[in-house]
Amino acid sequence: MTIKIEKRLSTPKYLSIVVPIISVFVALLIMFIILTIFFMGRLGSFAAAFSETCLAYQELISWPFFNQYGLYSTISKMVPLAFVALGLSFAYKMKIWNIGGEGQLYMGAMAATWAALFLFRGINSPLVLITLVAIFSAIAGALWALIPALMKAYAKTDEIVVTLMLNYVAIFWVDYLVYGPWRDPKGFGFPGTAAFGQSAMLPTLFDGNVHIGVFIAIALAIVLEYINRKTRWGFNSQVVGDNVRAATYSGIKVKSYTIISLVVSGAIAGLGGGIQMMGMQHRLMHGFSPGYGYTAIIVAWLGKLNPIAIIFVSFLFGGLLVGNDQLQMFYKLPISLISIFQGLVLFCLLGGEAIAAYRLRLEKAKEVPAHE
Amino acid sequence: MNDVLAFIVSTLHATVRAGTPLLFAVLGTIFTERSGIVNLGLEGIMLIGAIGGFVVSYNTSSLLLAILVAMIAGAVLGLIHAFFTVTLKINQIVSGLAITMLGSGISGLWGKDYIGVFAKRFDIISIPFLSDIPVVGRVLFQHDLLVYISFIAVPLMWFYIYKTRGGMTLRAVGEAPEAADARGINVFFVRYLYTIIGGSITAIGGAYLSLAYNSMWIENMTAGRGWIAIALVLFATWDPYKALLGAYLFGGITALGLRMQAIGTHISPDFLKMLPYLLTIVVLFFTSTDTLKRKVGAPASLGIPYSREDRT
Repeated sequence: MTIKIEKRLSTPKYLSIVVPIISVFVALLIMFIILTIFFMGRLGSFAAAFSETCLAYQELISWPFFNQYGLYSTISKMVPLAFVALGLSFAYKMKIWNIGGEGQLYMGAMAATWAALFLFRGINSPLVLITLVAIFSAIAGALWALIPALMKAYAKTDEIVVTLMLNYVAIFWVDYLVYGPWRDPKGFGFPGTAAFGQSAMLPTLFDGNVHIGVFIAIALAIVLEYINRKTRWGFNSQVVGDNVRAATYSGIKVKSYTIISLVVSGAIAGLGGGIQMMGMQHRLMHGFSPGYGYTAIIVAWLGKLNPIAIIFVSFLFGGLLVGNDQLQMFYKLPISLISIFQGLVLFCLLGGEAIAAYRLRLEKAKEVPAHE
Repeated sequence: MNDVLAFIVSTLHATVRAGTPLLFAVLGTIFTERSGIVNLGLEGIMLIGAIGGFVVSYNTSSLLLAILVAMIAGAVLGLIHAFFTVTLKINQIVSGLAITMLGSGISGLWGKDYIGVFAKRFDIISIPFLSDIPVVGRVLFQHDLLVYISFIAVPLMWFYIYKTRGGMTLRAVGEAPEAADARGINVFFVRYLYTIIGGSITAIGGAYLSLAYNSMWIENMTAGRGWIAIALVLFATWDPYKALLGAYLFGGITALGLRMQAIGTHISPDFLKMLPYLLTIVVLFFTSTDTLKRKVGAPASLGIPYSREDRT
């Protein structure tokens, strides 16, 4: 008997769920080792470092997922992640690499603030005001994504670096506003705007601990799932993603698809920024996002670009962000720990997929070797 | 009039300083991309180089060792990228993103206890006679060792890529891996080699930030320079001399922004800080069409994994 490695003709369905789950566990394991090494530098002995890491892991898991108040924070952090990741997945399906989710989120938040604090401050009806603010934030995100979209469609400019550069521009723009003209005069020099009015705040549940943004995200995911499965757009965008040339020959207008997918992707991320302002922060602040736009890239990938899966993965990562904050507070660990984990997950996922493309087969030795 | 001249000279001097980290990153990446591998992990590699160099300099006061460790750290990330993209043939873009996340995360963890401390840094070495030349002397010959190394690296790299056998092999693998393979060149080995070398050179750019430019460790201190460098590789059309030009163009805009803040203009510093990023977008726009890429000779197999099984 010999063991033969051969390429699978098609990857079985169950692997597309099993591989991401295993990747998360392997990434957690590798991060455990890295943390132990780090603590060894601090504490000296391996035994002390090992038990410290165990305690840190307990904190990382127990607070965000098994404590009532921890769960509230998890859901709060999950919302912006879900919005941006849903947006990104919309573009990634066509292999358009929008990594400007962070910037689109900032622009959405900025437009929401503009609308809520300045433009429509006279409107008292929450329903009207919230709708208007949401629309403004989505438009801002869409316009921010329109720049790389037009460049890609008409000049074939690579969207990766452009979307990323626009993140920095958006963040500096928000900085300019919150340190300058929009700064709350009663804010004691704090870099943030004044608070939104009551009618521009999203309704909340559980004694004000969870805002309804999470339901909007779930509803949006269902809509996107429907678009992907049942509409012509969903089918055609899949074709463009799989094979641009085939799409062109079959008469799909690749240019318009490119533009629309990026713009919608930006609009959803921008809406996420607006929801974050109305639901969570109620004011625009310097550096309000701990890298939601980048974490969302991992969320989208781990969810295999499936909107429903993305909701679950964003819950997981929302929890990890909360756990990471806990570690930062109690173990003096840097906020960047989450980046290590994200990098590891991505590698495990991609490596796992690459390996899953092959299978082992036992072959009887007496069998006549196939003709090459 | 003298004031104006002094302003120009000091801005140009700052241009070289600000351009040097970009230059190293671009030179390293030219090697990587010439072999046909896209590496978007520069930001992470620069950060790991910055902290690696800084930690060693702090603990040993040996700058040679510091640069060596920075290069090794960069090489390790290059190796990881090569393993995933050459051996496992996964999407090079996503692997690069993962490298960036891993690099920025590990540098943050590693550097957690090194914030706000000072390490031995690269001092200014004025080159005798040359540094006495008016204007040019101040702009070009009153820098630290790494800047001079970058001056020498540019022509050396150009010579290596275009005039030596090794360079020919490198270009062959990037242009036509099938043909190179048929000629007996080990495509996988070459791609591994240059992704690793590229990573280590890129890491020097990061080390320049923590050991000369800022002379301290700040979390995420690269501030997008890795991404700007990726755009600059396109701008440079994979040519070391144009890389020099591009890096100083960006160094210049950064330096000018800082100078204008210093002399106090009415423009908000936040808008001045946007300049390099906006310029990157403009540069990308003008170097982007397919026809242009073909004309200037992008490596034909850039971003395409080579596989012997799938050969048609």
